[in-house]
Amino acid sequence: MSQSPRSSLKGRKVILHDMCLRDGMHAKREQISVEQMVKVATALDDAGVPYIQVTHGGGLGGNSLQHGFAPHTNEEYISAVAPKMKQAKVSVLLIPGLGTMKELHSAFDCGARSVHVATHCTEADTSPQHIAYARKLGMDTSGFLMMAHLNDPAGIARQGKLMESYGAQTVYVTDSAGYMLPDDVKARIGALREVLNPETEIGFHGHHNLGMGVANSIAAIEAGASRIDGSVAGLGAGAGNTPLEVFAAVCERMGIETGTDLFKLMDVAEDIIVPMMEHIVRVDRESLTLGYAGVYSTFLLHAKRAGLQFGVPARDILVELGRKKMIGGQEDMIFDTAMTMAKARGVVLPT
Amino acid sequence: MKKIKCALIGSGNIGTDLIYKILRSPVLEPVWMVGIDPESEGLVRARAMGLKTTHEGVDGLLPHVLEDGIQIAFDATSAYVHAENSRKLNALGVLMIDLTPAAIGPLCVPPVNLREHAEKLEMNVNMISCAGQATIPIVNAVSRIQSVEYAEIVASLASKSIGPGTRANLDEFTNTTSSAIVKVGGARKGKALAIINPADPPMMMRNTIYCLTDDEPDRTRITESILKMIVEVQKYVPGYRLVNGPVFEGKKVSVFLEVAGLGDYLPTYAGNLDIMTAAATRTAEMFAEEILAGKIQLKASEVA
Repeated sequence: MSQSPRSSLKGRKVILHDMCLRDGMHAKREQISVEQMVKVATALDDAGVPYIQVTHGGGLGGNSLQHGFAPHTNEEYISAVAPKMKQAKVSVLLIPGLGTMKELHSAFDCGARSVHVATHCTEADTSPQHIAYARKLGMDTSGFLMMAHLNDPAGIARQGKLMESYGAQTVYVTDSAGYMLPDDVKARIGALREVLNPETEIGFHGHHNLGMGVANSIAAIEAGASRIDGSVAGLGAGAGNTPLEVFAAVCERMGIETGTDLFKLMDVAEDIIVPMMEHIVRVDRESLTLGYAGVYSTFLLHAKRAGLQFGVPARDILVELGRKKMIGGQEDMIFDTAMTMAKARGVVLPT
Repeated sequence: MKKIKCALIGSGNIGTDLIYKILRSPVLEPVWMVGIDPESEGLVRARAMGLKTTHEGVDGLLPHVLEDGIQIAFDATSAYVHAENSRKLNALGVLMIDLTPAAIGPLCVPPVNLREHAEKLEMNVNMISCAGQATIPIVNAVSRIQSVEYAEIVASLASKSIGPGTRANLDEFTNTTSSAIVKVGGARKGKALAIINPADPPMMMRNTIYCLTDDEPDRTRITESILKMIVEVQKYVPGYRLVNGPVFEGKKVSVFLEVAGLGDYLPTYAGNLDIMTAAATRTAEMFAEEILAGKIQLKASEVA
């Protein structure tokens, strides 16, 4: 466990934010029980993870025909988990257009104390009400720019500056498609660092579709990020998030301080998370296609289902969705696209 | 033929597109446009098209209402100022068509319930939202055949077609549309989702409607009802088109639509703009026809 003698990041402090009970909901088709949530969160809390996100995969307001129904409401999950936390804060995801301030208030009442307010990377100006409201509630508030590969560094800097002006204390570069390479990450985070106030933090949320989750997160820290999202055992959409225990090990080697207990994280991954998985979350043909074509990671299981239903390979559907520049939230367009492709290819649809 | 004189309040995307729709109407005439910024593109364009303009908000219009014979006003400002605008204009006997999510008056989706409102002589009618205008006819087309436990709609909108007002007030958009799915659509519970997509070239407005029926859906009758409703909407929005569906899976009915606009103020991708302005114009025309035929008379309300 020796540290690299030349690590320039030695002594840097990074705040880890676990996503398995939110992004991981996608990988479980939203089917995680309250008991499982409490078990995972308690173990993460014990391992020293400071922030744990707990909601439907689509966040507040996510329960829907479009995104799937979880067995419990967000309020039920948060109220079960929050009181059990010794040091960790429970966070939630809020995507304006899907979730509302009323739902944020309700999550706060149940014990949530941190929020990612998420917009597509060019649409930050749909979040002023929600960011301001989160601050008014006294929550740790992040602006979360999704599909960040679809905006250039200068554009990301402008959007991040808007979120900061609404009250965001942290601005995230979110690689929803797992498409970015380390230089893409550095350019965006560097551009943000130049324009944001010194006290505003920068975060990075990766997906592992090209196997770059850990490398991208390190690149983010090099460029000035101090918050990193990941999920233990990578339980998340697509090929999963940055695997948190792997990232923690790399940080330890580089002398980056995360305040977490590596062996405990490894145990959570192996003993609790992996046995929960319905499919082994990994880089496979379809999740690799997401990263390669720049497609929203959550589309993975929907595309597989639509592919089976309409007789069109999931990979072809994903490539077409990438070409049409579909973004997070447009899950209905997966089925629409599959049907249109099936018609064009003369596939006989079941009636 | 005599036309009913109209004022347009709000010089953003919706207000400006309305000028074109109203100019085409055989019974309506746009006379005034109200803004708050003298340099706004909408006001400049309105002046060029021969409308009188003020940049002093509704208060700049009030002294001219009676002398210019304004009888119908369209409010395309924001939910926060609508109530005050409506009170001031109703007091002068002007009927208000509300295109903000304020929804202080009854909700109107022309092919579903317009006639009811005209008969009741409402002085303030709300047009819900672009997503509501595009999807509620379909929810209603299902619920008029079979009871619907839950309806959910997803509207994808081109980023370039969404102005600052809607962006800053997405919660109002969501809440007003969700409640209209119940009140006008006829579902027992409703949910609305909006996605703003910045793809370039811009994507056409897309809408997906999911309905959960209480009993097994009658596929033939529901399909027929949906197709009929689409024809009704096409009467005022010709670019309203079924792309896929209805798809039946258990008790779930899914319909996938596209709305192309006429390309008046914004290009055709902005079907969301057209369906809102065309529905508002259609609504105003219904009232105008009744006024011209002498069947209804607008009355000034008591000034509070």
